[in-house]
Amino acid sequence: MSDSDEATAIQLIIDGTEVTGHAGQTILEIADSAGIYIPRLCWLENLTPFGACRVCVVRVNGRIHSACTLPATNGMVVENDTEELRGFRKNLIDMLFAEGNHFCMFCERSGACELQALAYRFGITAPTYPALFPHREIDATHPDILIDRNRCVLCARCIRASKESDGKGVFGFAGRGIQKHLIVSAEGGLAETNIDASDAAISACPTGTLLRKRTGFAVPVGERPFDRTPIGTEVESTTGPTPPHASTPTSTPAPAGKE
Amino acid sequence: MSAVRDEAVHEICARFGNDATRLLDVVRAINQRLDCIDGEAMEAIAEALHLTRADVEGVVSFYSFLSTRPHGNIVIRLCDDVIDKMKGADEIASEFEHALGIRVGETTPDGRISLTTTSCIGMSDQAPAALVNDVVLPRLSLSEVRRVVRLLQAHPDGTDLRSLLVDSYGGGNNAHDLVRSAVDNSIRQAGPVLFGHMERGAALRKALALSPVEVIRVVKASRLRGRGGGGFPTGVKWEHTRGGQDERYVVCNADEGEPGTFKDRVLLTERADLVFEGMTIAGYAIGAGHGVLYLRAEYAYLREYLEHVLRERRQAGLLGTGLGGRKAFEFDIRIQMGAGAYICGEETALIESMEGKRGQPRLKPPFPASHGYLDKPTCVNNVETYCCAARILEQGAPWFSALGSKASTGTKLLSVSGDCKRPGVYEVPFGISVRELLGLCDGTGAAAVQIGGPSGRMVPPSEFGRTICFDDLATGGAVMVFDQHRDLLEIASEFLRFFIHESCGYCTPCRVGNSLLKERLDRIRAGHGSTDDVGYLRDLSATIAATSRCGLGWTSPNPVLSTLDGFPGQYERRLRDASYSLEEDTREARLIRNGRANGRGSSEGGSAAETTGVDGSDRERREATDVSGEAKR
Amino acid sequence: MAKPKVATTSLCGCFGCHMSLLDIDERILELVDLVEFDRSPINDIKSIEHPVDIGLVEGGCANEDNVRVLQEFRRQCKVLVSVGDCATNGGLPSLRNLVPLEECLREAYLDGPTVHNDSGRIPDDEEIPLLLSRVKPCHEIVEVDYHLPGCPPSADAFWAAITALLEGHAPELPYLLCKYD
Repeated sequence: MSDSDEATAIQLIIDGTEVTGHAGQTILEIADSAGIYIPRLCWLENLTPFGACRVCVVRVNGRIHSACTLPATNGMVVENDTEELRGFRKNLIDMLFAEGNHFCMFCERSGACELQALAYRFGITAPTYPALFPHREIDATHPDILIDRNRCVLCARCIRASKESDGKGVFGFAGRGIQKHLIVSAEGGLAETNIDASDAAISACPTGTLLRKRTGFAVPVGERPFDRTPIGTEVESTTGPTPPHASTPTSTPAPAGKE
Repeated sequence: MSAVRDEAVHEICARFGNDATRLLDVVRAINQRLDCIDGEAMEAIAEALHLTRADVEGVVSFYSFLSTRPHGNIVIRLCDDVIDKMKGADEIASEFEHALGIRVGETTPDGRISLTTTSCIGMSDQAPAALVNDVVLPRLSLSEVRRVVRLLQAHPDGTDLRSLLVDSYGGGNNAHDLVRSAVDNSIRQAGPVLFGHMERGAALRKALALSPVEVIRVVKASRLRGRGGGGFPTGVKWEHTRGGQDERYVVCNADEGEPGTFKDRVLLTERADLVFEGMTIAGYAIGAGHGVLYLRAEYAYLREYLEHVLRERRQAGLLGTGLGGRKAFEFDIRIQMGAGAYICGEETALIESMEGKRGQPRLKPPFPASHGYLDKPTCVNNVETYCCAARILEQGAPWFSALGSKASTGTKLLSVSGDCKRPGVYEVPFGISVRELLGLCDGTGAAAVQIGGPSGRMVPPSEFGRTICFDDLATGGAVMVFDQHRDLLEIASEFLRFFIHESCGYCTPCRVGNSLLKERLDRIRAGHGSTDDVGYLRDLSATIAATSRCGLGWTSPNPVLSTLDGFPGQYERRLRDASYSLEEDTREARLIRNGRANGRGSSEGGSAAETTGVDGSDRERREATDVSGEAKR
Repeated sequence: MAKPKVATTSLCGCFGCHMSLLDIDERILELVDLVEFDRSPINDIKSIEHPVDIGLVEGGCANEDNVRVLQEFRRQCKVLVSVGDCATNGGLPSLRNLVPLEECLREAYLDGPTVHNDSGRIPDDEEIPLLLSRVKPCHEIVEVDYHLPGCPPSADAFWAAITALLEGHAPELPYLLCKYD
């Protein structure tokens, strides 16, 4: 370690554990290297942090920030795994389910979907919020790639990966608010763009929105990434995983209407 | 057609130097010229500005005043905020529909006139109001609607709408040759700071006699705080922005979009010199050479006049090069037009918009003081704040800080509307109580007062003794008065509809949560809420307020939270009858069975949900199920 | 001591969840020793006339009959468990929520490419239950105590939930048994 690295070493406390990192790192990066998992969805390694899903919210010196975007500074005191924050995160995951049309039972990304995996990790057994059932367009124009916007969580991982990793700019967002949606950079759909089936943008999708055609359901149930291993285990395994259990179903929502 | 389009795009892009940071100006101009920005136009723009088509579409689709689909040469935008609805906006909309033979959201068959709705246009003191292109039509009546439609139909080219439509001008500078607007100033109470006598250039001359550091010292000594609602100390902001060799910018936020706010409209009309003088002083203090006034699209009718004032100031040596000062100083101001987006009132979203992007708030830190417009240090202040700063330099900090209260010095300009006899703007010293204000505006029958617009608080009568200042009821200036006949939960629902429409959609809680909040509130309003729903609303509100990325989401649950706190009876009353309603859930099927699908009406097409409207309660239901916030009106 | 009573019902579902329940294989003998089955498609008892200890409901609510059955079921069940994705979130039948109700009916009875309907009418006999505007999960109609997700929930998930309830505590699904597919 060079002198300059030592000069910028910083210490912070996450959930009572002292961890070290370097100036310029975000809280999430430092937590990862310390084996502390902060749940996240729109964050993806090597892409510019986006801070949109809000699943990684933490309290820093009492204030709420997204851990993926906040640069760490020396002496920060970070709360991560608290009842309050778990509640917020669970609600945010629930919101994303309510916002789109998520039918896990026939989705080829099931078992490998990060949204679903987060819901599993948080022990969500039924939705808290009534689904909005929006009308979303499917784009099947491309011979090798499918866009099913019903499953899009607006994380911008494909947008960033296309720009930053593929050097292209195939994707973008149009509209605002609840009408905001994923678009491609061509009038006639994905087939008219310069996307390639091997692009990082497609692999970047956390859900079943961007799919390579003719590759679905290749992995048997039980062997898919999150069938047996909760999301986040890869981070925690540096200090030994403690697989979370589904919380008691009593935590499921109060029913909307009663007899 | 395509040649015309290509030429227009080419010419307009070139006019803005093919500079991608001027994309908002480019698309505004093209939208005006071609009555839409279609896919091919977007592709041509992208090519000229070295952007992707998705970048361009992202911007075009973000702003309410831009369109990817062809609209009429004339666009009628009906203001649909709460106050306008209270004053009959729904009837006005029906009259327009009837007179034009189209529904809201449609264009006449000849393609000339489009009818649509828009969020608050800053005319709540003279509601109901509408925009016809840039022309404001305040105080609309049914007969006025018929007159306007007849005139528009008789004059097909749509040019010089102002002369055509405005037959009498409002007072003050509204009657100025370059404004020619029917808008009234409604200055009900003029105070010493904003409406006191001023002489053009006097404040600037005093500032230039000081060093920039001394100017900041004076502003700090006055304890002036930002008038947009945030209340950040202005002097401290200026201090953070100055220093270093970098280019830097002064930005004036004239994007007042909070429903019920119209005080900056009056300042821009009557005190334009004071605004520009304050900006120029700020430029001197922080060492900036450029100022930008971001003017909301709804106030486009003031643009010519404001440009004229800028020209006069240049001629008078108050802008441009060689302005004197203890340190050589040159400064000029340009006007940046917005395009219809409330979120751009947030300072970093405003900067994004100025750079030709979607108006999405930035992550903070870094703050604009170090990384603002074009990544340069930037000082963003509200219109009223610049006015105050100019007066402070002219009259001295002690004069200013003697007004108001200790932590909230000076006066505040309030926009008062709703159920009161004297709506308009009031310059009052900070520390005035709600009750005193109601006395001034003759709103003594108030059953609730919304302080600070939808993002503020609904104040119950038991709290009318509270005061308007930064430490108690902080406000950017909107005060809405509601009497006992108003349904406060309907108002709260309308406020949520506004936030749903104006959310930028960047983060989950604001994008999704507000729709869910409105769904549950409307369910309660319809009498189908259960007692558990209060906890549901609070839990959902807490998540939205805590985890959103910017101030819109931090405050958007306030309509629910402040009515839950201040008016719990409004909820309890409706929760008595809490049960699932099979009747409600099978109504649509019953209508279909009773002959619509099998007999009359089967050829009408369209979804059942769109055509259920046989009585008022059906309309209610339709609105209740419309969680997208895109109700036609 | 009387054995605890268990009842099951199926609303707008495919009976897949009931099949999965039967998938507990030889443990069904153990279960029969532990509980007495009241109304259930398994024994073809169609109405529930006495209170039971545990009710399992498969399927969501798509029509008025589903709602009435669910409400009646709820009244008789001390503990009600939503079983499977249709009951917990609407499941596959809720795909029709993406299409306006009238369009669904027209497609099914008038306009669909395989439709042969000489009457040219959507069936409107009073005996046919009215459809709800939207397919809804059970907890939007009545209070539901526990949820067992899955399409269907695995036999092990059923076993874990039922045995937990019989032992008098809330069913806690381990990670491996809480799945949506």
